[in-house]
Amino acid sequence: MCPEDAITLHRTPSVMSAHPVWTENARRDVFTQARTGAVLLASTGNELHERIIFDNLLLDACQVTNPAIDPLREPIELRTYIGKKPRSVEFEAVGNDIKLKTELSPTLKLEIPVMIAQMSYGALSLEAHEALARAAVMSGTTMGSGEGGLHKKLYPYADHIIVQVASGRFGVHPAYLQAGAAVEIKIGQGAKPGIGGHLPGIKITDEISETRMIPVGTDAISPAPHHDIYSIEDLAQLVNSLKEATRYKKPIFVKIAAVHNVAAISSGVCRAGADAIVIDGFRAGTGATPKVIRDNVGIPIELALAVVDQRLREEGIRNETSLIASGTIRNSGDVAKAIALGADAVKIGTAALIALGCTVCKRCYTGRCAWGITTQDPKLRSRLDPEAGARRVSNLLLAWSIELKEILGAAGINSIESLRGNRDRLRGYGLDHTTLDILGIQPAGR
Amino acid sequence: MRIVANYKHFKVLNEEIQQAIKNGAAQLTLEDVNGQSFIANSLRGKLKIDIYGTPGNDLAMFMDGPKVTVFGNAQDGVGNTMSSGTIVIHGDARDILGHSMRGGKIFVRGDVGYRVGIHMKTYKSNVPIIVAGGCAGDFLGEYMAGGIIIILGLHNAAKKIDLLGDWVATGQHGGAIYVRGEVDDSKLGDGAAQFPMTADDEMIVKKVLTEYCSEFSLSLERVLETEFKKIAPGSLRPYAALYTCE
Repeated sequence: MCPEDAITLHRTPSVMSAHPVWTENARRDVFTQARTGAVLLASTGNELHERIIFDNLLLDACQVTNPAIDPLREPIELRTYIGKKPRSVEFEAVGNDIKLKTELSPTLKLEIPVMIAQMSYGALSLEAHEALARAAVMSGTTMGSGEGGLHKKLYPYADHIIVQVASGRFGVHPAYLQAGAAVEIKIGQGAKPGIGGHLPGIKITDEISETRMIPVGTDAISPAPHHDIYSIEDLAQLVNSLKEATRYKKPIFVKIAAVHNVAAISSGVCRAGADAIVIDGFRAGTGATPKVIRDNVGIPIELALAVVDQRLREEGIRNETSLIASGTIRNSGDVAKAIALGADAVKIGTAALIALGCTVCKRCYTGRCAWGITTQDPKLRSRLDPEAGARRVSNLLLAWSIELKEILGAAGINSIESLRGNRDRLRGYGLDHTTLDILGIQPAGR
Repeated sequence: MRIVANYKHFKVLNEEIQQAIKNGAAQLTLEDVNGQSFIANSLRGKLKIDIYGTPGNDLAMFMDGPKVTVFGNAQDGVGNTMSSGTIVIHGDARDILGHSMRGGKIFVRGDVGYRVGIHMKTYKSNVPIIVAGGCAGDFLGEYMAGGIIIILGLHNAAKKIDLLGDWVATGQHGGAIYVRGEVDDSKLGDGAAQFPMTADDEMIVKKVLTEYCSEFSLSLERVLETEFKKIAPGSLRPYAALYTCE
């Protein structure tokens, strides 16, 4: 992309004859695998399924019968608390004072219901990691450490960082757990549900070796499952263990990929004691994943979110956990729609990287990112200024927060709380009956 | 300081331990322990904790420094993701002992269960060590990335059960497993291989077992009478050829 539009790029015309089924890509993949006998790796998100349900959802606005609210004149609340909410609260009178009797669970305070997703140092450069952490501080939200520990340079921002515990347990130690704003157990991610990850030894540089706490040049293998979690009971054990490790002061998140049985799984995760469940849809991005998994496994976030919210409400446990949606949240419209479908907040990964300069060239796994984002090469890394990057990401979040207030004001709502799970304010356009039924919304015009 | 665990909930017991440490206790004796989980979770520094009874799952998870001694058996997840310190168990221990362990030592007098030492790692001077006096179950040292596991089979002279379970060290790409006795290659998973003991290996085993034997008052000479076999990675990057780029 030329910022001045002075250069135009054209693809070299293919010598292959065109075919609607055997596309150039399909043929190229066969060539590559016939040559190597290996699993195809790809970056970014699902490329097979272009249809995005968010684009078929329409938000509501007020006209005449109830007034819209002008966000420039009236306060509109975006502040969001993530974590368990009590079923009821009790007070007691102490002298002339009133004291809260109910013991509250730890929550996370966000100024905007948009968090920065879990991306590891190793997948990202230190500069990119730092830029995201500083943006989180500037915007009153959080970023995720990803699996791979926290570089010592990031500890000053740790009260805005959700530290991750994944199956490889890289860089996990008491100080790391206690430094974070919350701890997130990663069970799965939308770009590769059910499979582990291998950070190749060639990417384990000195500094990454120190943060992950493994020798330089060794493969960093994250197994597919956590070997201490084979059941909901085992998950409860890790949740409790992390609560013990953080002395019950931090919310514990559990991240799962949106898979077919996501509603029942989420009910179990909630009952295992998770303060928040992060659901990652099948279009979610990544630095490297087997292409066949990326393009074919999982379900859309919109459907997953709707069924999980519905299920937890039916079981009367929706207050026990917060729901966080991720996997291609592209703009504030997607944020509002996700919240109306039942999310407490969303997470953004690719959008935050695009704010840093990413052009979605889909070459993250080469380690040669021209924008210094997904590379460990000092020369390429020097192209990314963490401070300027933090400002850009923070600007994006500021713009979205203004837009969210506009959306809420237009709908006559003065708090994001009132949009949460408010599917009355959504209509489907061009969606079939079954999809509308699963989403729990009416078609436009009805 | 003495704490009676009896039927206290783990949350209550562990809070009492935290308070005792905050008040300056450097030595704790826990009595009548009945399966309470997460004892010594994340504890740091030079503490000494003696446990009588049976501690529950995830004993000393994330622990970084203390010495925990169990006068009895332990359950699953002993030393899970542990950073440093020592755990001594005078009985048996069960599954996923030393899971993702990064440093410190776990000495078990008896048998250990399934999936022991999965994904142990080494970093610089942090070399985690697991020694089991008895036998080990299936999947020992799977995805092992560093550290040392020693399986002695001391009470197994009659060879009534297998010294090792099946699928040993699948995906191993670091560290070493030393076994006192014969190992059939059919027990090994993909990525692991048997190697002859070198002088360095003999030295490592002797050094670790000197401490182990003194902990349990065993005769080092008798333990070393039988020859050891070594299991180590066939490659540091067992999956290097698994992937190609689109």
